[in-house]
Amino acid sequence: MPHQALEDVLRADRGRLLAALIARTGEIQRSEDALHEAAASALVHWGRSGVPDNPAGWLLRAAWRKTIDGWRRDGAAARNRAALELLAAEEAADPDPQDIADDRLRLIFTCCHPALEPKTQVALTLRTICGLTTAQIAAVFLDAEPAMGQRLSRAKAKIAAARIPYAVPGPELWPERLNAVLTVIYLIFTAGYTAGPEAGLELCGEAIHLARLVDALRPGEAETEGALALLLLTEARRPARVGPDGATVPPSDQDRTLWLPDLIDEGFGLLDRAMARRAPGPFQIKAAIAALNAAPLPTDWPQIAALYTRLLDWEPTPVVRLNRAVALAQSGALATAAEVIDVLAAELDGYQPFHAARADLRLRQGRSAESIADFDRAIALAPHPADALFLRRRRAAAMISAPSRANQREDEKKGRAEARPKSNREV
Amino acid sequence: MVPCDPEPKGPEMKYLLLLYAAPDAEPAYGTPEFDAMMGEYMTHSERMKDVASFIAGEGLQPVATATTLRKRGAKVETIDGPFAETREHLGGFYLIDAPDLDAAMRYAAEIPAARYGSVEIRPVMEY
Repeated sequence: MPHQALEDVLRADRGRLLAALIARTGEIQRSEDALHEAAASALVHWGRSGVPDNPAGWLLRAAWRKTIDGWRRDGAAARNRAALELLAAEEAADPDPQDIADDRLRLIFTCCHPALEPKTQVALTLRTICGLTTAQIAAVFLDAEPAMGQRLSRAKAKIAAARIPYAVPGPELWPERLNAVLTVIYLIFTAGYTAGPEAGLELCGEAIHLARLVDALRPGEAETEGALALLLLTEARRPARVGPDGATVPPSDQDRTLWLPDLIDEGFGLLDRAMARRAPGPFQIKAAIAALNAAPLPTDWPQIAALYTRLLDWEPTPVVRLNRAVALAQSGALATAAEVIDVLAAELDGYQPFHAARADLRLRQGRSAESIADFDRAIALAPHPADALFLRRRRAAAMISAPSRANQREDEKKGRAEARPKSNREV
Repeated sequence: MVPCDPEPKGPEMKYLLLLYAAPDAEPAYGTPEFDAMMGEYMTHSERMKDVASFIAGEGLQPVATATTLRKRGAKVETIDGPFAETREHLGGFYLIDAPDLDAAMRYAAEIPAARYGSVEIRPVMEY
């Protein structure tokens, strides 16, 4: 079945073949076109003479030949000569597909180059490494397909014209560029996590696959292991993320029997290995926070707050400050949490988790009326019905504790030890 | 398989680096900071010569001296001032030869204007 054979080899080896072609041609677009044409001729040839023993090698050589034909048409004779020699040598050797040099790491670093917009980095990685179609990527961003197509071709044109290198960066650039790659992988994961499986695309799976790929191609990197641990520990809790009533469940209240134990174990193992390398970084810190959320109860909130404080060294962003304030509030440090949150009010006014966090804090402080107003704002901004339902529950709890001003003051006196429902921040 | 060498770098590429800054953002003339900055400009190309090579570069007179013109039909329209009235002005340029964008970026990041303004990196068109 040539059709099935082609589909199999493309699913397994498309990224690798494309990366190998780009290494030869130096051009992403031409390589994509050549691979596409090679796949079309494979259907004809394999149907006539049977599937070759080495379908991946066949495709690579066919695509390579198409590229040389293209150059010949364009009159690029000088490039032709060297290319023809390489092709002849490869035809004589007929190498095993596993021996094709794996250039995907170079391709990943090119796609995640900081001279490209972050959204473009994500789109290009999904296109070239994961093999998603333009239509699928457009759906991820809720963009029109032609707009996404334009974005991708502009990016490929910029890579060629500005000569963004097709290379794994050297030691001076390595930490910064690896962080950019891991950030793209994390963005792909969160896109899938927010959209939910019903969105049709298994973006979380693609992200985990990418993180595993980077870890395999350049083993021993603490930050890569940290990022993979973060994804696995988050993915492991996914089945428990929404309760039977359709409301979001925070990690500390989740039904732990629903968690995926293999992923939890692997996540913890990776995090241990990463931390033993004594090369701290933001993804390891985020993974450590995820690990604390997956550790036996009660959750160690002071430790989580301390980890967010450390994360600020790498990412001094309002969102990290907010997460730190949530952890402080959970540990009972209400006054400090309130100070941090007040400062963030202007910057995060349009950000739903900010209003949910402040609602929760004010509820703990016994400021029920303000808490209810914050819940209303958070509910209005909630991106997902499950989050909105969770927030409405919490708002109802705030209503119960707000019978009168006198009681409110009473609550304040009773202080912080009182058990309150948890915040909805998932870390 | 035949080992595939990394894409041969070929001839170096030319990049134009455009230095933009708000005039009040750079250290004032006569201050020690100004002298330190000028010293950095003087030695920059020498320090960075292993990353990219300097072809040409100049600082420009302030935008108050700029004239912009365009020709529409037979008529030349002139404007007293820069092409676009913005807070950050084009204050100078470098033309360099670099193997790729990473090298051009490293070279640009060490220009003092990158700290108090911005540097736009434009590959030069080849015909």
